Amino acid sequence: MTELLQFTFSGLTVGAVYALVALGFTLIYNSCDVINFAQGEFVMLGGMTTVFLGLAGVPLPLAACFAVVLTVAVGLALHRFAIEPARGSGAVVLIIITIGASIFLRGAAQVIFDKRFHTLPPFVGGDAIRIAGAAILPQSLVVLAGAVIILVLLWAFIERTLIGKAMVATAANEIAARLVGIDTRAAVGLSFAIAAAIGAVAGILITPIALTSYDVGTVLALKGFAAAMLGGIGSAVGAVIGGLVLGLLEAFAAGYVSSQYKDAVAFLVILIVLLAMPRGLFGRAPVERV
Amino acid sequence: MLAVEEVRSSYGRIEALHGVSLDVAAGEIITLVGANGAGKTTLLRAISGVQPISAGRIRFEARRLDGISAHVRVALGIAQVPEGRQVFAPLSVEDNLRLGGWTRRGERLDAELAWVYELFPALASRRRVSAGTLSGGEQQMLAIGRALMAKPRLLLLDEPSMGLAPMLVEQILDVVRSLKQAGLTVLLVEQNARAALAIADRGYVVETGRIATSGSAGELLADDRVRAAYLGV
Ligand SMILES: Nc1ncnc2c1ncn2[C@@H]1O[C@H](COP(=O)(O)OP(=O)(O)OP(=O)(O)O)[C@@H](O)[C@H]1O
Ligand SMILES: [Mg+2]
Repeated sequence: MTELLQFTFSGLTVGAVYALVALGFTLIYNSCDVINFAQGEFVMLGGMTTVFLGLAGVPLPLAACFAVVLTVAVGLALHRFAIEPARGSGAVVLIIITIGASIFLRGAAQVIFDKRFHTLPPFVGGDAIRIAGAAILPQSLVVLAGAVIILVLLWAFIERTLIGKAMVATAANEIAARLVGIDTRAAVGLSFAIAAAIGAVAGILITPIALTSYDVGTVLALKGFAAAMLGGIGSAVGAVIGGLVLGLLEAFAAGYVSSQYKDAVAFLVILIVLLAMPRGLFGRAPVERV
Repeated sequence: MLAVEEVRSSYGRIEALHGVSLDVAAGEIITLVGANGAGKTTLLRAISGVQPISAGRIRFEARRLDGISAHVRVALGIAQVPEGRQVFAPLSVEDNLRLGGWTRRGERLDAELAWVYELFPALASRRRVSAGTLSGGEQQMLAIGRALMAKPRLLLLDEPSMGLAPMLVEQILDVVRSLKQAGLTVLLVEQNARAALAIADRGYVVETGRIATSGSAGELLADDRVRAAYLGV
Protein backbone atom coordinates (compact mmCIF):
# COMPACT_ATOMS: atom_id res chain seq x y z
CA MET A 1 0.00 0.00 0.00
CA THR A 2 2.79 2.40 0.96
CA GLU A 3 4.64 1.31 -2.16
CA LEU A 4 1.63 1.89 -4.35
CA LEU A 5 1.21 5.38 -2.95
CA GLN A 6 4.89 6.09 -3.42
CA PHE A 7 4.87 4.96 -7.06
CA THR A 8 1.68 6.86 -7.69
CA PHE A 9 3.21 10.08 -6.46
CA SER A 10 6.39 9.77 -8.43
CA GLY A 11 4.36 8.69 -11.45
CA LEU A 12 2.13 11.74 -11.23
CA THR A 13 5.11 14.04 -10.89
CA VAL A 14 6.89 12.88 -14.05
CA GLY A 15 3.49 12.42 -15.64
CA ALA A 16 2.76 16.11 -15.12
CA VAL A 17 5.91 16.96 -17.04
CA TYR A 18 5.02 14.53 -19.84
CA ALA A 19 1.59 16.13 -19.90
CA LEU A 20 3.11 19.57 -20.41
CA VAL A 21 5.33 18.29 -23.20
CA ALA A 22 2.33 16.57 -24.80
CA LEU A 23 0.38 19.79 -24.50
CA GLY A 24 3.12 21.54 -26.46
CA PHE A 25 2.83 18.92 -29.20
CA THR A 26 -0.93 19.37 -29.20
CA LEU A 27 -0.88 23.16 -29.47
CA ILE A 28 1.45 23.17 -32.44
CA TYR A 29 -0.16 20.18 -34.09
CA ASN A 30 -3.57 21.81 -33.89
CA SER A 31 -2.39 25.11 -35.24
CA CYS A 32 -0.50 23.84 -38.28
CA ASP A 33 -0.57 20.01 -38.42
CA VAL A 34 3.12 19.79 -37.56
CA ILE A 35 4.45 17.30 -35.02
CA ASN A 36 7.19 19.39 -33.48
CA PHE A 37 9.96 17.06 -32.40
CA ALA A 38 11.94 20.00 -31.06
CA GLN A 39 9.39 20.26 -28.23
CA GLY A 40 11.77 18.35 -25.95
CA GLU A 41 14.51 20.91 -26.62
CA PHE A 42 12.22 23.65 -25.28
CA VAL A 43 12.18 21.72 -21.99
CA MET A 44 15.96 21.34 -22.10
CA LEU A 45 16.47 25.04 -22.85
CA GLY A 46 14.28 26.04 -19.92
CA GLY A 47 16.24 23.95 -17.44
CA MET A 48 19.75 24.44 -18.85
CA THR A 49 19.47 28.20 -19.33
CA THR A 50 18.28 28.61 -15.77
CA VAL A 51 21.14 26.46 -14.48
CA PHE A 52 23.83 28.34 -16.38
CA LEU A 53 22.48 31.80 -15.62
CA GLY A 54 22.33 30.69 -12.00
CA LEU A 55 25.97 29.59 -12.16
CA ALA A 56 26.81 32.99 -13.63
CA GLY A 57 25.37 34.61 -10.54
CA VAL A 58 21.93 35.61 -11.74
CA PRO A 59 19.31 35.13 -9.00
CA LEU A 60 17.34 31.97 -9.83
CA PRO A 61 13.86 33.50 -10.18
CA LEU A 62 15.27 36.01 -12.64
CA ALA A 63 17.25 33.29 -14.41
CA ALA A 64 14.08 31.23 -14.77
CA CYS A 65 12.16 34.16 -16.26
CA PHE A 66 14.96 34.83 -18.70
CA ALA A 67 15.10 31.15 -19.64
CA VAL A 68 11.39 31.23 -20.53
CA VAL A 69 11.84 34.37 -22.63
CA LEU A 70 14.82 32.87 -24.45
CA THR A 71 12.95 29.64 -25.16
CA VAL A 72 9.97 31.57 -26.48
CA ALA A 73 12.34 33.45 -28.79
CA VAL A 74 13.73 30.12 -30.00
CA GLY A 75 10.20 28.83 -30.57
CA LEU A 76 9.27 31.92 -32.57
CA ALA A 77 12.47 31.66 -34.61
CA LEU A 78 11.76 28.00 -35.32
CA HIS A 79 8.37 28.97 -36.67
CA ARG A 80 9.52 32.01 -38.59
CA PHE A 81 12.69 30.68 -40.18
CA ALA A 82 12.12 26.94 -40.45
CA ILE A 83 8.42 26.10 -40.48
CA GLU A 84 6.91 29.13 -42.20
CA PRO A 85 9.16 29.07 -45.30
CA ALA A 86 8.29 25.39 -45.79
CA ARG A 87 4.55 25.84 -45.53
CA GLY A 88 2.79 23.89 -48.21
CA SER A 89 5.41 21.16 -48.14
CA GLY A 90 4.10 17.82 -47.01
CA ALA A 91 3.79 16.72 -43.40
CA VAL A 92 6.88 14.53 -43.71
CA VAL A 93 9.05 17.47 -44.78
CA LEU A 94 7.83 19.56 -41.86
CA ILE A 95 8.46 16.75 -39.38
CA ILE A 96 11.97 16.31 -40.73
CA ILE A 97 12.52 20.05 -40.31
CA THR A 98 11.55 19.83 -36.64
CA ILE A 99 13.83 16.83 -36.16
CA GLY A 100 16.62 18.85 -37.77
CA ALA A 101 15.85 21.77 -35.46
CA SER A 102 15.95 19.42 -32.49
CA ILE A 103 19.38 18.10 -33.49
CA PHE A 104 20.61 21.64 -34.10
CA LEU A 105 19.41 22.90 -30.72
CA ARG A 106 20.96 19.94 -28.96
CA GLY A 107 24.26 20.55 -30.71
CA ALA A 108 24.16 24.25 -29.90
CA ALA A 109 23.38 23.47 -26.25
CA GLN A 110 26.30 21.06 -26.09
CA VAL A 111 28.63 23.80 -27.33
CA ILE A 112 27.18 26.75 -25.42
CA PHE A 113 26.52 24.89 -22.16
CA ASP A 114 28.34 21.60 -21.64
CA LYS A 115 27.83 17.83 -21.67
CA ARG A 116 27.42 17.31 -17.95
CA PHE A 117 24.36 16.74 -15.82
CA HIS A 118 23.07 19.66 -13.79
CA THR A 119 20.46 20.31 -11.19
CA LEU A 120 18.80 23.21 -9.43
CA PRO A 121 18.03 23.59 -5.74
CA PRO A 122 14.39 22.76 -4.91
CA PHE A 123 12.14 25.84 -5.01
CA VAL A 124 10.88 25.10 -1.54
CA GLY A 125 13.08 23.51 1.04
CA GLY A 126 12.13 21.18 3.81
CA ASP A 127 11.96 17.46 4.37
CA ALA A 128 9.95 14.98 2.43
CA ILE A 129 6.31 14.98 3.44
CA ARG A 130 5.13 11.62 4.78
CA ILE A 131 1.68 10.40 3.85
CA ALA A 132 0.79 6.87 4.96
CA GLY A 133 4.44 5.94 4.89
CA ALA A 134 5.09 7.30 1.41
CA ALA A 135 7.58 10.13 1.06
CA ILE A 136 6.73 13.07 -1.15
CA LEU A 137 9.31 15.67 -2.04
CA PRO A 138 8.03 19.22 -1.68
CA GLN A 139 9.38 19.85 -5.18
CA SER A 140 6.97 17.20 -6.51
CA LEU A 141 4.13 19.29 -5.19
CA VAL A 142 5.68 22.34 -6.87
CA VAL A 143 5.75 20.45 -10.18
CA LEU A 144 2.14 19.37 -9.81
CA ALA A 145 0.99 22.82 -8.75
CA GLY A 146 2.94 24.40 -11.61
CA ALA A 147 1.32 22.04 -14.09
CA VAL A 148 -2.13 22.82 -12.74
CA ILE A 149 -1.50 26.57 -12.93
CA ILE A 150 -0.30 26.28 -16.53
CA LEU A 151 -3.37 24.25 -17.45
CA VAL A 152 -5.73 26.74 -15.85
CA LEU A 153 -4.01 29.70 -17.51
CA LEU A 154 -4.03 28.00 -20.89
CA TRP A 155 -7.65 27.02 -20.51
CA ALA A 156 -8.63 30.56 -19.52
CA PHE A 157 -6.67 32.00 -22.43
CA ILE A 158 -8.31 29.73 -24.98
CA GLU A 159 -11.82 29.77 -23.58
CA ARG A 160 -12.05 33.30 -22.31
CA THR A 161 -10.12 35.54 -24.69
CA LEU A 162 -10.84 36.46 -28.29
CA ILE A 163 -7.21 35.78 -29.21
CA GLY A 164 -7.53 32.28 -27.79
CA LYS A 165 -10.67 31.77 -29.82
CA ALA A 166 -8.92 33.07 -32.92
CA MET A 167 -6.34 30.33 -32.36
CA VAL A 168 -9.09 27.73 -32.08
CA ALA A 169 -10.68 29.15 -35.23
CA THR A 170 -7.37 29.00 -37.08
CA ALA A 171 -6.93 25.40 -36.02
CA ALA A 172 -10.48 24.51 -37.01
CA ASN A 173 -10.53 26.19 -40.41
CA GLU A 174 -7.50 28.12 -41.56
CA ILE A 175 -9.00 29.60 -44.72
CA ALA A 176 -12.15 30.73 -42.94
CA ALA A 177 -9.98 32.30 -40.26
CA ARG A 178 -8.12 34.32 -42.89
CA LEU A 179 -11.46 35.32 -44.40
CA VAL A 180 -12.57 36.91 -41.13
CA GLY A 181 -9.31 38.85 -41.00
CA ILE A 182 -7.21 36.75 -38.64
CA ASP A 183 -3.49 36.83 -39.38
CA THR A 184 -3.20 33.07 -39.25
CA ARG A 185 0.57 33.15 -39.58
CA ALA A 186 0.74 35.15 -36.38
CA ALA A 187 -1.74 32.76 -34.77
CA VAL A 188 0.50 29.80 -35.61
CA GLY A 189 3.52 31.74 -34.35
CA LEU A 190 1.68 32.36 -31.11
CA SER A 191 1.09 28.65 -30.67
CA PHE A 192 4.83 28.04 -31.09
CA ALA A 193 5.51 30.73 -28.49
CA ILE A 194 3.07 29.23 -26.01
CA ALA A 195 4.32 25.69 -26.61
CA ALA A 196 7.89 26.90 -26.04
CA ALA A 197 6.94 28.72 -22.85
CA ILE A 198 5.13 25.66 -21.49
CA GLY A 199 8.11 23.47 -22.36
CA ALA A 200 10.57 25.84 -20.68
CA VAL A 201 8.51 26.03 -17.50
CA ALA A 202 8.25 22.25 -17.41
CA GLY A 203 12.02 22.04 -17.76
CA ILE A 204 12.60 24.48 -14.92
CA LEU A 205 10.13 22.72 -12.62
CA ILE A 206 11.52 19.23 -13.13
CA THR A 207 15.25 20.01 -13.02
CA PRO A 208 15.53 19.93 -9.18
CA ILE A 209 14.09 16.38 -9.26
CA ALA A 210 15.30 14.82 -12.48
CA LEU A 211 18.56 16.55 -13.43
CA THR A 212 19.06 18.07 -16.84
CA SER A 213 21.65 18.01 -19.59
CA TYR A 214 21.93 19.14 -23.19
CA ASP A 215 20.25 15.99 -24.47
CA VAL A 216 17.31 15.44 -22.11
CA GLY A 217 15.03 16.75 -24.85
CA THR A 218 15.24 13.60 -26.93
CA VAL A 219 13.76 11.33 -24.33
CA LEU A 220 11.24 13.95 -23.20
CA ALA A 221 10.02 14.47 -26.75
CA LEU A 222 9.57 10.74 -27.10
CA LYS A 223 7.63 10.53 -23.83
CA GLY A 224 5.56 13.58 -24.61
CA PHE A 225 4.79 12.24 -28.06
CA ALA A 226 3.76 8.88 -26.59
CA ALA A 227 1.52 10.74 -24.13
CA ALA A 228 -0.06 12.82 -26.90
CA MET A 229 -0.66 9.69 -28.99
CA LEU A 230 -2.17 7.89 -26.04
CA GLY A 231 -4.50 10.79 -25.33
CA GLY A 232 -5.35 11.18 -28.99
CA ILE A 233 -3.20 13.59 -30.93
CA GLY A 234 -4.84 17.01 -31.12
CA SER A 235 -6.81 16.70 -27.90
CA ALA A 236 -5.65 18.92 -25.04
CA VAL A 237 -7.51 16.89 -22.42
CA GLY A 238 -6.04 13.76 -23.98
CA ALA A 239 -2.53 15.21 -23.73
CA VAL A 240 -2.91 15.79 -20.01
CA ILE A 241 -4.49 12.42 -19.25
CA GLY A 242 -2.04 10.68 -21.59
CA GLY A 243 0.90 12.30 -19.79
CA LEU A 244 -0.33 11.33 -16.35
CA VAL A 245 -1.15 7.77 -17.42
CA LEU A 246 2.25 7.35 -19.05
CA GLY A 247 3.97 8.69 -15.93
CA LEU A 248 2.06 6.25 -13.75
CA LEU A 249 2.72 3.31 -16.07
CA GLU A 250 6.42 4.10 -16.00
CA ALA A 251 6.52 4.42 -12.25
CA PHE A 252 4.72 1.12 -11.78
CA ALA A 253 6.92 -0.61 -14.37
CA ALA A 254 10.01 0.74 -12.66
CA GLY A 255 8.76 -0.11 -9.18
CA TYR A 256 7.15 -3.50 -9.67
CA VAL A 257 9.19 -4.87 -12.56
CA SER A 258 12.54 -3.20 -13.02
CA SER A 259 13.69 0.34 -13.59
CA GLN A 260 15.44 -0.96 -16.71
CA TYR A 261 12.06 -1.26 -18.38
CA LYS A 262 10.95 2.26 -17.52
CA ASP A 263 11.78 3.84 -20.86
CA ALA A 264 10.41 0.90 -22.80
CA VAL A 265 6.93 1.75 -21.55
CA ALA A 266 6.72 4.78 -23.82
CA PHE A 267 7.68 2.72 -26.87
CA LEU A 268 5.15 0.09 -25.90
CA VAL A 269 2.46 2.72 -25.55
CA ILE A 270 3.27 4.19 -28.99
CA LEU A 271 3.14 0.73 -30.54
CA ILE A 272 -0.11 -0.27 -28.92
CA VAL A 273 -1.77 3.02 -29.79
CA LEU A 274 -0.60 2.85 -33.39
CA LEU A 275 -1.74 -0.74 -33.83
CA ALA A 276 -4.87 -0.91 -31.74
CA MET A 277 -6.30 2.58 -31.27
CA PRO A 278 -4.90 5.12 -33.69
CA ARG A 279 -7.18 7.83 -32.34
CA GLY A 280 -5.98 7.39 -28.78
CA LEU A 281 -8.24 7.85 -25.78
CA PHE A 282 -9.77 11.21 -26.67
CA GLY A 283 -9.01 11.61 -30.34
CA ARG A 284 -11.87 12.78 -32.48
CA ALA A 285 -12.51 12.67 -36.18
CA PRO A 286 -9.77 14.76 -37.80
CA VAL A 287 -12.17 17.52 -38.92
CA GLU A 288 -13.32 18.34 -35.40
CA ARG A 289 -10.01 19.09 -33.74
CA VAL A 290 -9.94 21.75 -31.07
CA MET B 1 -15.55 50.03 -56.20
CA LEU B 2 -14.06 46.72 -57.31
CA ALA B 3 -12.20 46.26 -60.57
CA VAL B 4 -10.87 42.88 -61.64
CA GLU B 5 -8.62 43.12 -64.67
CA GLU B 6 -7.41 40.17 -66.74
CA VAL B 7 -6.92 37.98 -63.70
CA ARG B 8 -5.37 34.57 -64.13
CA SER B 9 -5.09 31.97 -61.41
CA SER B 10 -3.99 28.35 -61.27
CA TYR B 11 -4.13 25.30 -59.06
CA GLY B 12 -0.72 23.77 -59.54
CA ARG B 13 -0.26 23.54 -63.30
CA ILE B 14 -3.95 23.75 -64.12
CA GLU B 15 -5.14 27.27 -64.86
CA ALA B 16 -8.65 27.90 -63.55
CA LEU B 17 -9.04 31.58 -64.52
CA HIS B 18 -7.79 32.57 -67.98
CA GLY B 19 -7.97 36.34 -67.73
CA VAL B 20 -11.17 37.45 -66.04
CA SER B 21 -12.28 41.08 -65.91
CA LEU B 22 -15.26 42.55 -64.17
CA ASP B 23 -16.40 45.72 -62.43
CA VAL B 24 -18.59 46.30 -59.45
CA ALA B 25 -19.85 49.78 -58.66
CA ALA B 26 -20.71 50.90 -55.15
CA GLY B 27 -24.25 49.95 -54.13
CA GLU B 28 -24.74 47.30 -56.80
CA ILE B 29 -25.70 43.69 -56.45
CA ILE B 30 -23.74 41.81 -59.07
CA THR B 31 -24.26 38.14 -59.65
CA LEU B 32 -21.90 35.62 -61.19
CA VAL B 33 -23.56 32.64 -62.79
CA GLY B 34 -21.87 29.67 -64.35
CA ALA B 35 -21.71 25.90 -64.39
CA ASN B 36 -19.85 23.72 -61.90
CA GLY B 37 -16.13 24.24 -62.16
CA ALA B 38 -16.40 27.45 -64.17
CA GLY B 39 -14.12 29.30 -61.75
CA LYS B 40 -16.56 31.38 -59.69
CA THR B 41 -15.20 30.27 -56.34
CA THR B 42 -11.64 30.70 -57.54
CA LEU B 43 -12.42 34.29 -58.51
CA LEU B 44 -13.95 35.13 -55.13
CA ARG B 45 -11.00 33.52 -53.37
CA ALA B 46 -8.63 35.60 -55.47
CA ILE B 47 -10.50 38.79 -54.58
CA SER B 48 -10.26 37.90 -50.89
CA GLY B 49 -6.59 37.05 -51.24
CA VAL B 50 -6.69 33.40 -50.21
CA GLN B 51 -5.97 32.30 -53.77
CA PRO B 52 -2.83 33.60 -55.51
CA ILE B 53 -3.15 35.15 -58.94
CA SER B 54 -0.50 34.74 -61.62
CA ALA B 55 -1.44 37.72 -63.78
CA GLY B 56 -3.77 40.69 -63.81
CA ARG B 57 -4.79 43.18 -61.17
CA ILE B 58 -7.49 43.56 -58.58
CA ARG B 59 -8.38 47.05 -57.40
CA PHE B 60 -10.62 47.92 -54.50
CA GLU B 61 -11.64 51.54 -54.14
CA ALA B 62 -8.69 52.61 -56.31
CA ARG B 63 -6.24 50.67 -54.16
CA ARG B 64 -4.33 47.83 -55.76
CA LEU B 65 -4.66 44.64 -53.76
CA ASP B 66 -1.49 42.95 -55.05
CA GLY B 67 0.63 41.85 -52.17
CA ILE B 68 -2.02 42.73 -49.60
CA SER B 69 -2.70 39.75 -47.32
CA ALA B 70 -6.14 38.28 -46.97
CA HIS B 71 -6.50 39.44 -43.38
CA VAL B 72 -5.71 43.03 -44.32
CA ARG B 73 -8.29 42.95 -47.11
CA VAL B 74 -10.97 42.24 -44.51
CA ALA B 75 -9.89 45.31 -42.61
CA LEU B 76 -10.08 47.29 -45.86
CA GLY B 77 -13.74 46.33 -46.19
CA ILE B 78 -13.99 43.09 -48.17
CA ALA B 79 -15.69 40.19 -46.41
CA GLN B 80 -16.55 36.80 -47.86
CA VAL B 81 -19.14 34.18 -47.07
CA PRO B 82 -17.26 31.16 -48.40
CA GLU B 83 -18.71 28.25 -50.30
CA GLY B 84 -19.89 25.52 -47.96
CA ARG B 85 -20.32 28.00 -45.06
CA GLN B 86 -17.05 27.10 -43.28
CA VAL B 87 -18.24 28.10 -39.83
CA PHE B 88 -15.87 27.49 -36.92
CA ALA B 89 -17.46 24.23 -35.83
CA PRO B 90 -16.03 23.93 -32.31
CA LEU B 91 -16.90 27.50 -31.35
CA SER B 92 -20.27 28.82 -30.28
CA VAL B 93 -22.53 30.85 -32.55
CA GLU B 94 -21.70 34.01 -30.67
CA ASP B 95 -17.97 33.33 -30.75
CA ASN B 96 -18.20 32.82 -34.51
CA LEU B 97 -19.87 36.21 -34.79
CA ARG B 98 -17.40 37.92 -32.51
CA LEU B 99 -14.54 36.50 -34.56
CA GLY B 100 -16.31 37.87 -37.62
CA GLY B 101 -15.61 41.25 -36.03
CA TRP B 102 -11.97 40.34 -35.43
CA THR B 103 -10.64 43.26 -37.48
CA ARG B 104 -12.68 45.59 -35.30
CA ARG B 105 -11.75 44.11 -31.93
CA GLY B 106 -11.46 46.80 -29.36
CA GLU B 107 -14.67 48.38 -30.63
CA ARG B 108 -17.93 47.51 -28.95
CA LEU B 109 -19.74 45.20 -31.31
CA ASP B 110 -23.02 44.92 -29.41
CA ALA B 111 -24.96 46.94 -31.97
CA GLU B 112 -23.71 44.76 -34.84
CA LEU B 113 -24.47 41.59 -32.88
CA ALA B 114 -27.98 42.83 -32.24
CA TRP B 115 -28.37 43.66 -35.92
CA VAL B 116 -27.25 40.17 -37.02
CA TYR B 117 -29.60 38.53 -34.51
CA GLU B 118 -32.38 40.72 -35.85
CA LEU B 119 -31.61 39.67 -39.44
CA PHE B 120 -31.48 36.02 -38.38
CA PRO B 121 -33.66 35.45 -35.31
CA ALA B 122 -32.94 31.71 -35.56
CA LEU B 123 -29.37 32.44 -34.46
CA ALA B 124 -30.39 34.52 -31.45
CA SER B 125 -31.93 31.56 -29.65
CA ARG B 126 -28.85 29.43 -30.31
CA ARG B 127 -26.05 31.79 -29.44
CA ARG B 128 -24.38 29.42 -26.95
CA VAL B 129 -24.64 26.36 -29.18
CA SER B 130 -21.51 25.23 -30.99
CA ALA B 131 -21.68 26.06 -34.67
CA GLY B 132 -20.95 22.52 -35.78
CA THR B 133 -24.30 21.35 -34.43
CA LEU B 134 -26.38 23.87 -36.40
CA SER B 135 -28.50 22.85 -39.38
CA GLY B 136 -27.27 23.74 -42.87
CA GLY B 137 -29.58 26.74 -43.07
CA GLU B 138 -28.53 28.04 -39.67
CA GLN B 139 -24.87 27.61 -40.59
CA GLN B 140 -25.45 29.65 -43.72
CA MET B 141 -27.08 32.40 -41.66
CA LEU B 142 -24.14 32.26 -39.29
CA ALA B 143 -21.63 32.47 -42.13
CA ILE B 144 -23.41 35.55 -43.48
CA GLY B 145 -23.73 37.09 -40.04
CA ARG B 146 -20.05 36.42 -39.36
CA ALA B 147 -19.07 38.26 -42.55
CA LEU B 148 -21.36 41.17 -41.69
CA MET B 149 -19.70 41.58 -38.30
CA ALA B 150 -16.62 42.90 -40.12
CA LYS B 151 -18.80 45.78 -41.33
CA PRO B 152 -17.68 45.25 -44.91
CA ARG B 153 -18.43 47.61 -47.76
CA LEU B 154 -18.11 44.78 -50.28
CA LEU B 155 -19.67 41.43 -49.44
CA LEU B 156 -18.71 38.35 -51.47
CA LEU B 157 -21.28 35.56 -51.23
CA ASP B 158 -20.42 32.12 -52.62
CA GLU B 159 -23.53 30.05 -53.25
CA PRO B 160 -25.43 30.97 -50.12
CA SER B 161 -28.45 28.93 -51.21
CA MET B 162 -26.55 25.70 -51.75
CA GLY B 163 -28.39 22.75 -50.28
CA LEU B 164 -31.09 24.82 -48.64
CA ALA B 165 -34.86 24.32 -48.72
CA PRO B 166 -36.69 26.75 -51.06
CA MET B 167 -38.16 28.71 -48.17
CA LEU B 168 -34.73 29.33 -46.67
CA VAL B 169 -33.32 30.31 -50.06
CA GLU B 170 -36.05 32.90 -50.25
CA GLN B 171 -35.22 34.20 -46.78
CA ILE B 172 -31.49 34.42 -47.50
CA LEU B 173 -31.99 36.26 -50.77
CA ASP B 174 -34.37 38.66 -49.01
CA VAL B 175 -31.60 39.42 -46.55
CA VAL B 176 -29.17 40.04 -49.41
CA ARG B 177 -31.62 42.50 -50.90
CA SER B 178 -32.00 44.26 -47.56
CA LEU B 179 -28.21 44.53 -47.32
CA LYS B 180 -28.22 46.53 -50.50
CA GLN B 181 -30.70 48.87 -48.86
CA ALA B 182 -28.32 49.14 -45.93
CA GLY B 183 -25.66 50.40 -48.33
CA LEU B 184 -23.60 47.27 -48.96
CA THR B 185 -22.21 46.27 -52.32
CA VAL B 186 -22.68 42.58 -53.05
CA LEU B 187 -20.98 40.14 -55.38
CA LEU B 188 -23.18 37.07 -55.38
CA VAL B 189 -22.26 33.69 -56.86
CA GLU B 190 -25.28 31.51 -57.43
CA GLN B 191 -26.17 28.22 -59.10
CA ASN B 192 -29.77 29.31 -58.87
CA ALA B 193 -29.39 31.88 -61.65
CA ARG B 194 -33.03 32.82 -61.87
CA ALA B 195 -33.29 33.73 -58.21
CA ALA B 196 -29.97 35.56 -58.28
CA LEU B 197 -30.82 37.61 -61.37
CA ALA B 198 -34.14 38.50 -59.79
CA ILE B 199 -32.37 40.52 -57.08
CA ALA B 200 -29.25 41.59 -59.01
CA ASP B 201 -28.59 44.80 -60.90
CA ARG B 202 -26.15 43.20 -63.30
CA GLY B 203 -24.62 39.83 -63.91
CA TYR B 204 -21.66 38.08 -65.46
CA VAL B 205 -21.74 34.62 -66.97
CA VAL B 206 -18.57 32.64 -66.25
CA GLU B 207 -17.65 29.74 -68.52
CA THR B 208 -14.48 27.65 -68.03
CA GLY B 209 -12.43 30.41 -66.51
CA ARG B 210 -13.61 33.24 -68.75
CA ILE B 211 -16.41 35.78 -68.78
CA ALA B 212 -18.75 34.63 -71.53
CA THR B 213 -21.37 37.40 -71.36
CA SER B 214 -22.42 40.18 -69.10
CA GLY B 215 -25.24 42.64 -68.89
CA SER B 216 -28.04 43.98 -66.79
CA ALA B 217 -30.12 41.40 -64.98
CA GLY B 218 -32.98 42.06 -67.41
CA GLU B 219 -30.77 41.55 -70.45
CA LEU B 220 -29.39 38.29 -69.13
CA LEU B 221 -32.84 37.01 -68.22
CA ALA B 222 -33.89 37.72 -71.82
CA ASP B 223 -30.74 36.31 -73.45
CA ASP B 224 -31.53 33.10 -75.33
CA ARG B 225 -28.21 31.43 -74.59
CA VAL B 226 -28.39 32.28 -70.91
CA ARG B 227 -31.97 31.06 -70.80
CA ALA B 228 -31.06 27.77 -72.39
CA ALA B 229 -27.92 27.14 -70.36
CA TYR B 230 -28.75 28.48 -66.90
CA LEU B 231 -32.46 29.08 -66.64
CA GLY B 232 -33.61 25.80 -68.10
CA VAL B 233 -36.00 27.25 -70.66
N1 LIG C 1 -8.35 23.02 -54.66
C1 LIG C 1 -8.33 22.79 -55.99
N2 LIG C 1 -7.31 22.10 -56.52
C2 LIG C 1 -7.26 21.87 -57.86
N3 LIG C 1 -8.16 22.31 -58.74
C3 LIG C 1 -9.21 23.00 -58.26
C4 LIG C 1 -9.33 23.28 -56.84
N4 LIG C 1 -10.46 23.99 -56.65
C5 LIG C 1 -11.00 24.16 -57.88
N5 LIG C 1 -10.25 23.56 -58.83
C6 LIG C 1 -10.52 23.55 -60.27
O1 LIG C 1 -10.62 24.90 -60.72
C7 LIG C 1 -11.70 25.04 -61.62
C8 LIG C 1 -12.63 26.13 -61.09
O2 LIG C 1 -13.21 25.68 -59.87
P1 LIG C 1 -14.14 26.60 -58.97
O3 LIG C 1 -14.33 25.89 -57.67
O4 LIG C 1 -13.62 27.95 -58.94
O5 LIG C 1 -15.48 26.54 -59.80
P2 LIG C 1 -16.93 27.06 -59.40
O6 LIG C 1 -17.40 27.85 -60.55
O7 LIG C 1 -16.91 27.68 -58.09
O8 LIG C 1 -17.73 25.70 -59.36
P3 LIG C 1 -18.97 25.27 -58.43
O9 LIG C 1 -20.17 25.85 -59.04
O10 LIG C 1 -18.94 23.79 -58.49
O11 LIG C 1 -18.70 25.79 -57.06
C9 LIG C 1 -12.36 23.68 -61.73
O12 LIG C 1 -11.91 23.07 -62.91
C10 LIG C 1 -11.88 22.94 -60.53
O13 LIG C 1 -11.74 21.57 -60.84
MG1 LIG D 1 -17.79 27.29 -56.35
